[in-house]
Amino acid sequence: MKRSASLFNTLSVALGLAFLYLPITILVIYSFNASRLVTLWGGWSLVWYRELLHDVAVQHAAWISLRVAVLSASAATVLGTLAATALTRPGPFRGRLLFSGMAYAPLVMPEVITGLSLLLLFVAINVDRGFWTVVIAHTTLTMCFVTVIVQSRLIEFDRSLEEAAMDLGCPPFKTFLTVTLPLIAPAIAAGWMLAFSLSLDDLVVASFTTGPGATTLPIRIYSEVRLGVKPEINAVCTIMIAVVAVGTIASSLIAKSGAARRQRAALGAQI
Amino acid sequence: MNGEPEKRWNVRAIVLLPYLWLAVFFLTPFVIVLKISLSQTALAQPPYLPVLDLAAGWAGLIEFAKELSVDSYRLLSSDLLYLLSYLKSLQVAAISTIILLAIGYPFAYGIARAPRGLQPLLVMAVVLPFWTSFLIRVYAWINILQRDGLLNDVFLRLQIINAPATWLSSDTAIYIGMVYSYLPFMVLPLYATLEKMDDSLLEAAADLGCPRWKTFWLVTLPLSVRGAVAGALLCFIPIVGEFVIPDLLGGSETLMIGQTLWTEFFSNRDWPVASAIAVMLLALLLAPILVYERLQRRSLEEGR
Repeated sequence: MKRSASLFNTLSVALGLAFLYLPITILVIYSFNASRLVTLWGGWSLVWYRELLHDVAVQHAAWISLRVAVLSASAATVLGTLAATALTRPGPFRGRLLFSGMAYAPLVMPEVITGLSLLLLFVAINVDRGFWTVVIAHTTLTMCFVTVIVQSRLIEFDRSLEEAAMDLGCPPFKTFLTVTLPLIAPAIAAGWMLAFSLSLDDLVVASFTTGPGATTLPIRIYSEVRLGVKPEINAVCTIMIAVVAVGTIASSLIAKSGAARRQRAALGAQI
Repeated sequence: MNGEPEKRWNVRAIVLLPYLWLAVFFLTPFVIVLKISLSQTALAQPPYLPVLDLAAGWAGLIEFAKELSVDSYRLLSSDLLYLLSYLKSLQVAAISTIILLAIGYPFAYGIARAPRGLQPLLVMAVVLPFWTSFLIRVYAWINILQRDGLLNDVFLRLQIINAPATWLSSDTAIYIGMVYSYLPFMVLPLYATLEKMDDSLLEAAADLGCPRWKTFWLVTLPLSVRGAVAGALLCFIPIVGEFVIPDLLGGSETLMIGQTLWTEFFSNRDWPVASAIAVMLLALLLAPILVYERLQRRSLEEGR
């Protein structure tokens, strides 16, 4: 069967991509609009970016969001990787079914429920809400994504490498560190990136679990957006999109060069 | 696996940390939500009664159990507002999922039939918007849909409409926002199953003289059902509880259940009713969540 791109297939892909990218493109373009009105194009300008330089509240919120995202993504990566490792090993432990249920459920759990239930937990154990409660909430929210990504990589890779190491007398923990970990490193990195961007993005869970002095960037943007479109927000969003785009492209390039290096090494070994 | 104990993975040790974390921060909170949904609102801090006093021992526990009430649930079933809210959520989720399938299927099919070398790039193009903020993507539509926004501007210039129409604060806007935000969740699982499909089956059908549309109907479609189900659940479940999209794009006549929960909690400060809404929402979603989990586990185990 020839894989010819028929007109219908090409058209549906083109339309789909246009649908996905048009709104974002418009947003980016209008962040450079000199006019305050949305429909009125007042020429290219950086005025809203200059305005941002003086907006201390937004900068403060961005700094908090960044710290929350780094901390929660790192914790989620450790927990998620452990969970994925446990789920792919056949060894028995009590409550395996419950554990695998808990490991996947947050993936589809409505955020309002996760947020409300975590808040009620913090109230019940009398914890002051603020920076750290958001970190804990985001760790819980994002670790299941890390679990799924790392788990699919663990299933793919060649288990005989681990078995060979252990047969040669390498203890399991050392095997994990020296054999398994390097092999699943790309998945762990991808998991961290996803957890990071999900945390940076989250409005609902953060709104429930935050406290005074810990306003994250999405909460800030949301409260501004509710009052209508503001060109400064277009500028904030454009900066966030640029950061994400650069990060994604850089990480895929790193992954690609890593794959190329491995391929060359494999070729070298054959010769 | 090896029989010698020192060569075995100590799964118990590996699982301990994530297990404890999930038990404390995922499972326990649900028990607390259930408990508070059976409490009553009070002008106190925290704003509900009774508060469980563990120091009082058994007597305290019995006292506590006596004071539990189903008032919140009674309110949910008697006030039409909540029922309408649930129905609205189900309606929005069902219609959005159908539109997503209709748009996502040809999209995924087109990617799966594209030249092999191009496919990773196209998949990345679908995933990339998912990495940018959800809030930003919804907000982008406000720019377009508002009264003096771009859509009205373009339509007026093309003389499709004579006067600016109201797009924002309507169900149409909610559907646009839902479909836009959840499209990658529909396309990716569909692509995954379509891409894995054995081409020789299609060749066999073609060799035996089956017309292309019939091959699609008899071979491709049945083989991609699993991807479609996974995609549909991945969209349907979170859309039912969605808050941001209806709040920013929708109107204020009938709220979706996520908005109702939010209002009860943040505006009315009625924690027991908010908890009861959460419990009912979870009950509503339990069946689809369990189906999704089974699919997820099966597909991961088959990959072995």
